[in-house]
Amino acid sequence: MDILLSHGATLVMLAGVVGFFMAWGIGANDVANAMGTSVGSKALTIKQAIIIAMVFEFAGAYLAGGEVTSTIRKGIIDASYFVDSPELLVFGMISALFAAATWLLVASVLGWPVSTTHSIVGAIIGFAAVGVSPDTVEWGKVVDIVGSWIITPLISGIIAFFIFNSAQKLIFDTDKPLQQAKRYVPFYMFLAGFVLALVTIKKGLKHLGLDIGTVDGYIYAIAVALVVAIIGKIFINRLNFDENADKSTHYANVEKVFALLMIVTACCMAFAHGSNDVANAIGPLAAVVSIVDNEGQIAAKSAIAWWILPLGGFGIVAGLALFGHKVIATIGQGITHLTPSRGFAAELAAACTVVIASGIGLPISTTQTLVGAVLGVGMARGIAAINLTVVRNIIVSWVVTLPVGAGLSILFFWTMKATFS
Amino acid sequence: MARNSILGVFAKSPIKPLEKHIRIVAKCCNQLVPFFAACAEQDWSTAGKIRTKISKFEQDADKLKRQLRLELPGGLFMPVDRADLLELLTQQDKIANKAKDIAGRVFGRKLVIPEILQTSFVEYVARNIDAIEKAADAINELDDLLETGFRGREVELVEKMINQLDSIEDDTDSMQIKLRSDLLAIENDLKPVDVMFLYQIIDWVGGLADLAERVGARLEILLARK
Repeated sequence: MDILLSHGATLVMLAGVVGFFMAWGIGANDVANAMGTSVGSKALTIKQAIIIAMVFEFAGAYLAGGEVTSTIRKGIIDASYFVDSPELLVFGMISALFAAATWLLVASVLGWPVSTTHSIVGAIIGFAAVGVSPDTVEWGKVVDIVGSWIITPLISGIIAFFIFNSAQKLIFDTDKPLQQAKRYVPFYMFLAGFVLALVTIKKGLKHLGLDIGTVDGYIYAIAVALVVAIIGKIFINRLNFDENADKSTHYANVEKVFALLMIVTACCMAFAHGSNDVANAIGPLAAVVSIVDNEGQIAAKSAIAWWILPLGGFGIVAGLALFGHKVIATIGQGITHLTPSRGFAAELAAACTVVIASGIGLPISTTQTLVGAVLGVGMARGIAAINLTVVRNIIVSWVVTLPVGAGLSILFFWTMKATFS
Repeated sequence: MARNSILGVFAKSPIKPLEKHIRIVAKCCNQLVPFFAACAEQDWSTAGKIRTKISKFEQDADKLKRQLRLELPGGLFMPVDRADLLELLTQQDKIANKAKDIAGRVFGRKLVIPEILQTSFVEYVARNIDAIEKAADAINELDDLLETGFRGREVELVEKMINQLDSIEDDTDSMQIKLRSDLLAIENDLKPVDVMFLYQIIDWVGGLADLAERVGARLEILLARK
């Protein structure tokens, strides 16, 4: 208790710095996965991708990041065990941040595709279960979270499969694919806008002190979606088509329409990523701040301090601005047969799944969900070649991340405990 | 850093190289027209140059074939069967080999097509090349097939092309029969060894359309699976 009073400010500072560093790491590295498909299918230039990512990552983090942050902050650990020794929870959360940030750094240097979500969840479970007591972990919640890591890629894969097949039916396998594309692509834009707006309105704005009723929420979401669709339609009508290529068998013009759609889904993806992954950086920070602010009282229900979500948002944007360019440029090179009509199906499915998970408060991995969606499009025979070896490596690195995150966080936890007491 | 990203999941597409391969093969075979024209005029230096060109194209096709095989490891998840794809590639490559053999044999022996057979032989070569062009057109639909998920109208279009390819091959068969009987009528006036090789060349040229038809058949099998 004394520790918190005497070192409170230092601890908050420490957590803030590490949290910001973690958000920065997410921005520098992880965003590339969210934006990579758009750049890869040449729907966006790197510069456009960075600008979209900055705006929508921040919006997602700020507007819809609260629910997952709450889960990370107080969903995994049963706080009642820490009432007598709140400093342990503070140490633990800082250690978890340190552990996840360290692992992210190591993995980035070595080029391993790790999940920030998995490392932070593993780290929190690690310090609580081993450093304190296995009873402190809400194992039921943990099972839910880990279960969601298996279910969400599956769901996004199934959604991607159906979105892709619907596009095939409505647009590609018709007499006049271009006309059909002009007609139906705005509907997909509507869908993307609707899901995003709905989750933001129903789950996100609560944290900003705005509470909108259920019916009103749906009306607003539909209004936003309509605006998105109409703007999209205007842009589609302004596209220039290459008349020479307008034979029944040439799909170049159709892909131009889909490239516009991909701009919308890229925004969705950035928003979804921001809303879910910002919590990995600032969830533990929020926990530390709330304990120190309440002078050791572990408040069961307290709002997240106002400056925390924007801090995470800025962290991501800073990472993007400094390193995102380089990372996206590297992955944009030598890209294969990935046309916008495939990329959009994968992105839309992944973004919807992630945004919905953010609304429920489940910390899931964006990359994992996207890989699930890509496989879904592959199942629908839409992608020339998917490298299953790489998919396997990604899965292995996820499995490895949990124990590594846990181990590192235990180490840091013991070190901090020894230093401060 | 590249492995650190989702895009590592997308492997190099085999479809574009496969299309490029058949285009090289078609170019290789197209050279047979000027080659036989030069032979008819007994302009052996031009014929020799064209023959070198033909074997150059054949080597290019070979190189591309080997590269494509290396880029298709087992762990790929593709909309078409890997074995079917490799078999299709092998069939495509055989066409170029055949063209090289024809040019080599004719040039090596300085074989001249008899005056009387000349017109129908030129038509015969052209028709065989038509078959190859048709096969190349069908293979070039593969990227559009990918766009449509290997389903629906695009598949019907390719099936139609394969049917046309089959009827061209039928044409070449009847032309071949006619050529043989014409040759039979004059063979007593020619050197017996030349006659032997003339029959062989007629046979090999007809082999081009046969191989093109087999490419079409492999493509059909590729589409029928799954």
